[in-house]
Amino acid sequence: MTRKQKRLSVIAGAMAFLGAAVALTFYALGQKASYFYMPGDLQAATLQPGQRIRLGGLVEEGTIVRDQGTEVEFSVTDGDSSVKVHYSGILPDLFREKQGVITEGTFGPDGNFVADSVLAKHDENYMPKEVADSLKEKGVWQETTQ
Amino acid sequence: MVEIGHFALVLAFALALVQSVLPLAGARSGNARMMATGGPVAITGFVMVALAFAVLTLSYARSDFSVVNVWENSHSLKPMLYKITGTWGNHEGSMLLWVLILTFFGALVALFGANLPATLRAGVISVQGWIGAAFLLFILATSNPFTRLTPAPIEGRDLNPVLQDIGLAIHPPLLYLGYVGFSVCFSFAVAALIDGRIDAAWARWVRPWTLAAWSFLTGGIAMGSYWAYYELGWGGFWFWDPVENASFMPWLAGTALLHSAIVMEKRSALKIWTLLLAILTFSLSLLGTFLVRSGVLTSVHAFATDPSRGIFILCILTIFIGGSLALFALRAPTLTAGGIFHPVSREGALVLNNLFLTTATATVLIGTLYPLVVEALSGDKISVGAPFFNLTFGPLMVPLLALVPFGPLLAWKRGDLLAVGQRLMAAFAGALLVVLVTALFVDGASVLAALGVGLAAWLVFGALTDLALKAGVGSVPVGTMLRRLAGLPLSVFGTTLAHLGLGLTTLGVVGVLSFESENILSMRPGDTAEIAGRALRFESIDPVKGPNYTEDRATFALLDEAGQPYASVVSAKRFYPVRQMPTTEAGIRTMGFSQLYISIGDQTADGALVVRIWWKPMVTLIWLGALVMMGGGAVSLFDRRLRVGAPARRRKAASGRPGEAAA
Repeated sequence: MTRKQKRLSVIAGAMAFLGAAVALTFYALGQKASYFYMPGDLQAATLQPGQRIRLGGLVEEGTIVRDQGTEVEFSVTDGDSSVKVHYSGILPDLFREKQGVITEGTFGPDGNFVADSVLAKHDENYMPKEVADSLKEKGVWQETTQ
Repeated sequence: MVEIGHFALVLAFALALVQSVLPLAGARSGNARMMATGGPVAITGFVMVALAFAVLTLSYARSDFSVVNVWENSHSLKPMLYKITGTWGNHEGSMLLWVLILTFFGALVALFGANLPATLRAGVISVQGWIGAAFLLFILATSNPFTRLTPAPIEGRDLNPVLQDIGLAIHPPLLYLGYVGFSVCFSFAVAALIDGRIDAAWARWVRPWTLAAWSFLTGGIAMGSYWAYYELGWGGFWFWDPVENASFMPWLAGTALLHSAIVMEKRSALKIWTLLLAILTFSLSLLGTFLVRSGVLTSVHAFATDPSRGIFILCILTIFIGGSLALFALRAPTLTAGGIFHPVSREGALVLNNLFLTTATATVLIGTLYPLVVEALSGDKISVGAPFFNLTFGPLMVPLLALVPFGPLLAWKRGDLLAVGQRLMAAFAGALLVVLVTALFVDGASVLAALGVGLAAWLVFGALTDLALKAGVGSVPVGTMLRRLAGLPLSVFGTTLAHLGLGLTTLGVVGVLSFESENILSMRPGDTAEIAGRALRFESIDPVKGPNYTEDRATFALLDEAGQPYASVVSAKRFYPVRQMPTTEAGIRTMGFSQLYISIGDQTADGALVVRIWWKPMVTLIWLGALVMMGGGAVSLFDRRLRVGAPARRRKAASGRPGEAAA
């Protein structure tokens, strides 16, 4: 091989590598990014069965049911509609009624949302940004959530 | 009192403006007296910022609630340690720390840069001045920590409880030393571009700064990871959270820079690329500051944020990144390309390292910013989390790690892959043995897990092989070998340590990902649970009162085979009344390199306690490995070649051409 051919093959190798990386990245973005919904958005959304989404809203008052064991049930609401969420495990420290939360998981066959993670953040004034924005749009935002 | 700090900060801003203009103007016009102002101005600027920082710290120590910042983030009952560390546990204070470290590095260049060519030194100090001026203006205009509050409240609002922790006391200063340390590399790059001249000596001057910044950043990231692990109570060591990514991207790019600077120093090749990496690394640090401080991304670390600040930092970001890249585009073609080399060579291996690391940086960047882009374009809110990064970052890292042992063994210019392969036979056989032992004798080991452990072993053995070969183990008498070992440059030990640390961290990650076991159950006092073959009894739960909190402390006993307790683990749920905020204090017991991790949740309706128990095998190696890497960086830093005085003999050659530089 001449020097030029060598150089070209090195460049081609690097390009192929980068191309593969780019393809993988876009494939992963398509597959693994999870969309955020409020309970009211779910009517309009078309979800594949088993598709992971993030469901956010306020924890509805009086809906927290703690089982004998580690199972917890509560409803997430945006003021108009609400969705029942099942979760097994330890809830975050700041989880409480009327608190903004984001739950991540999939819809079960019974139409209930089964979450494998529940996020409430580490600041007493904190409202997950997505939840705050959506609540502001709906006009049910209150400046203090205490 | 506080006004002195405010005044000092304004003075520092004025000095930074002088620093931005005078030395560089002197360098361009060949005026030595103007260039000479750079040093004293940079040092005085540092003293002023240090004074401001000291004043703020003192206000915290004295609980002076007439200062808004202290009132918002402190409480008179808080332990003194956390009063002091609270200085940087908030936005304003942490930005002040950022600038303090920036001016500190500027002063270091001024103090130890006597050997640099005068024009380059003046340029570097000026560019540092630009960054300093921009961020000082940012602090004074949008985040002034010295604002007064009248009438002064009697009591403060306390620091966010999760930040009242020794880990957080150390984490931000280390992280900032790393982030901001790369500003020196950036300044060197921009100054070289303005100068229009760059050579191997430049790389030698830049390498110590890169090494120092990289070591601090490694330590800072590891510290932050450990803090999140034990303080947030989720038991994870890395969440691919935007804020974590923000510190990880400069680390990846900085690692690439570290390696390409070697090529540039030794072989004069990859000059333009190294320059670009120096610019990109600090750009990513700036981007990280923007992401953390603006709150545009949802993150567990995003505390109270304010959009006006975000726009300000975005402007700084655009000016610095855009400006430096434009300068690069303008000047880079005029720089001469360096030596050529065969693809199979040390240079080739380092290029491959750079290819992998920069691609990995790009995937992390895309994953971090993609949600912002999607929301801006379509309004959809999406999140990109661990599944994305596992699918993209993982496949990029595995081949890179597998290739690491080859690099240091390849010869410069043209290497012999076959010979290197033969020399690595022992390491490869060792790693293969580890794979077999893991697969056959460890319970629940999948093929993938065994291969992962093997990869870690390969890294460790490979690093040791390099050292052993350079010392001549097995081929020369022991005495000669020891003498050779002692005579090796420190940078060889640095490389070995850093690659060894990488292997240990890999082992820790593989251990946790593949062999972790977890048990969630509800327990009453007296109940026993089992985890990874260990029996655990829930003894009691008692209320305890701390200085500024109350806690429910659950005690667990580890039982031996006879059912007798031999150790206890305490896990607690704390409540901080001032902020009305509960936190989880995980109970952790270290056994060997593994840890038992217990976090407690809520009481169920019938009085039982929800308990989550993890067995985390090899988990401490994740952070110990990072410490070893950091040690490797530190050892390299003391290599004689990189000592500040070393480039002295180059001075005559370099400073003999000021006319050419000015032209």
